[in-house]
Amino acid sequence: MEIIVFYLFAAIAVIAALGVVGLRNPVYAALCLAVVFVSFAGLYVLLSAPFIAVAQVMIYAGAILILFVFVIMLLSPPVDQGEGALKWQKPLALGFVGALAVQLVLVLALAVLPSARGSLTPEVIAQRGDVQVVGAALFSDYLLPFEMTSLLLLVAIVGVIVLAKKR
Amino acid sequence: MPEDYLPILAMVVVVIGFAAAALVVSAITGPRKPNPAKLSPYESGMPPFGSARRRISIRYYLTAVLFILFDIEIVFFYPWAVLFRQLGLFGLIEMAIFVAILLVGYVYVWRKGGFDWD
Amino acid sequence: MTLEPWLITVIEALIKVLVVIVVLLTGFAYLTLVERYVVAKIQSRVGPNRVGAAGGIAWLQPIADAVKMIMKEDFWPAQADKVTYTLAPGIAVATALLAWAVIPLNPAITVFGYTINFYIADVNVALLFLLAVGSLGIYGIVLGGWGSNNKYSMLGALRSTAQMISYEISLGLALVGVLMISGSLSLVKIVEQQSFWWFVFFQPVGFVIYFIAAVAEVNRLPFDLPEAETELVAGYQTEYSSLKFALFYMAEYINMITVSAIASTMFLGGYQGPFGILPGAHWLILKILFFIFVMMWMRGTLPRFRYDQLMRFGWKVLLPLALANIFVTAVVLVLIGK
Repeated sequence: MEIIVFYLFAAIAVIAALGVVGLRNPVYAALCLAVVFVSFAGLYVLLSAPFIAVAQVMIYAGAILILFVFVIMLLSPPVDQGEGALKWQKPLALGFVGALAVQLVLVLALAVLPSARGSLTPEVIAQRGDVQVVGAALFSDYLLPFEMTSLLLLVAIVGVIVLAKKR
Repeated sequence: MPEDYLPILAMVVVVIGFAAAALVVSAITGPRKPNPAKLSPYESGMPPFGSARRRISIRYYLTAVLFILFDIEIVFFYPWAVLFRQLGLFGLIEMAIFVAILLVGYVYVWRKGGFDWD
Repeated sequence: MTLEPWLITVIEALIKVLVVIVVLLTGFAYLTLVERYVVAKIQSRVGPNRVGAAGGIAWLQPIADAVKMIMKEDFWPAQADKVTYTLAPGIAVATALLAWAVIPLNPAITVFGYTINFYIADVNVALLFLLAVGSLGIYGIVLGGWGSNNKYSMLGALRSTAQMISYEISLGLALVGVLMISGSLSLVKIVEQQSFWWFVFFQPVGFVIYFIAAVAEVNRLPFDLPEAETELVAGYQTEYSSLKFALFYMAEYINMITVSAIASTMFLGGYQGPFGILPGAHWLILKILFFIFVMMWMRGTLPRFRYDQLMRFGWKVLLPLALANIFVTAVVLVLIGK
């Protein structure tokens, strides 16, 4: 059962991701990206991480992509006809994709998959509650990164004001 | 635990099916007599001019970025609130530091007029 | 023949989903009628009194409206982007319905040794699920405006999106106080904890902030700038006709029912009666109707905000108030040592 659902979400994610790359209309591409994020959320639920799943939909699909759409509207770019593309873009992109593919294969081939399970198995998460587990880790072991996030957000707030309010 | 979410998946399928069915029904029922005036954009009866896809105010962009930043704050607030009774005073101080830093940015935006739309 | 457990779960879920959708759609149809009567009474008018009228109420009016909507011409404006224009109302209504997956409707009952739970799913992240689904609903409006390629629609969609994301922050923060008391995100557990004391007694400020932000989220007066008939001729819905228009309308009313149900569940004990009297779905329905009546009353009496006032109110008043509410709650909880 879980395998069927996994392949369903994985297939949707891959098809939508191809749409993001292949579609020439930027709004369609953004919409496909939203579908990718939502199907990722499904995969996270399968991994017993529903908190990450909803956070993913809220922040990526609900907030960041809305910003993308605003930027697309702000610039109202003409639909790309494929002629104005920079000449060196395609070979460069293909080079990167090739490098990524090699890396992926190498990681999968060489990685030593841990045989022992960590302390947070799906059973533990089911018993303690996923949000509780995330929170407990976040507010004790990962306290410093958590507080640093606020600095990062502060920098972003100041940055956007400087950019948007420049006269 | 993922099986708790199976009913939600079932509901997703049903609501998508419902929306699709309604759109199909909408397309096949009713008359179909298009004419150029009917298909032109509605502009209160005036002949339309220009495109609707013009550049929009930067304020929308500003609002969207601020929304992302505060949305991330909310996502941090929820697990904190759920665990608050266990964290106690320690949790309060942790979150106070986090919010205090963000409030600096909030005050900065306020002073720079980032929330004003006039 | 024995069925696999997951198949039973799915079949049970499908039955519940169909019942919930039918109830919501009927509720939507008759709410449009109720709204017309309420506004008519406020303005000293009579209201609908022709179609299937008995006792001064036009019982068949919603059915007549539905038939009319279906029989209307459904056209694609020449300048519109066909794909997004068609998808938008579907996204709006699908996300509006999806929120009901996690709202508990009635205490569980046991029939012939089989326990029936009156919710579709009890998940640990229910409240965040609601926020996530709500933020996906914005796509229906953005795409509707952009796809229509009409100046009114574009403006309406932009205003609506900016307004909804601004108030979503206060909405999310207003609920944090309740979570600190309940210690759970599951709506089923939150309702069970309110069997005697409703959370509104501990979170009155959070409740008020939530309700104001919720009215803004569903684009109702006095926050209905995205639709403002007199200046934007219905905003993002301008170019829509037939069932596509009806779907947007449906999404709007279902969202009204949803935010009322969430307010009832989080603050007024959901299906719990006051001080533990006769818990059941009738309380939830009464509370939802109460909130919806208040929204209609506001529509009948309040003037519309100006856009700069609206944004200023959301960011400069509601947001700091919601943060202050969280910290007061936190300090009180620490002081009483719970």
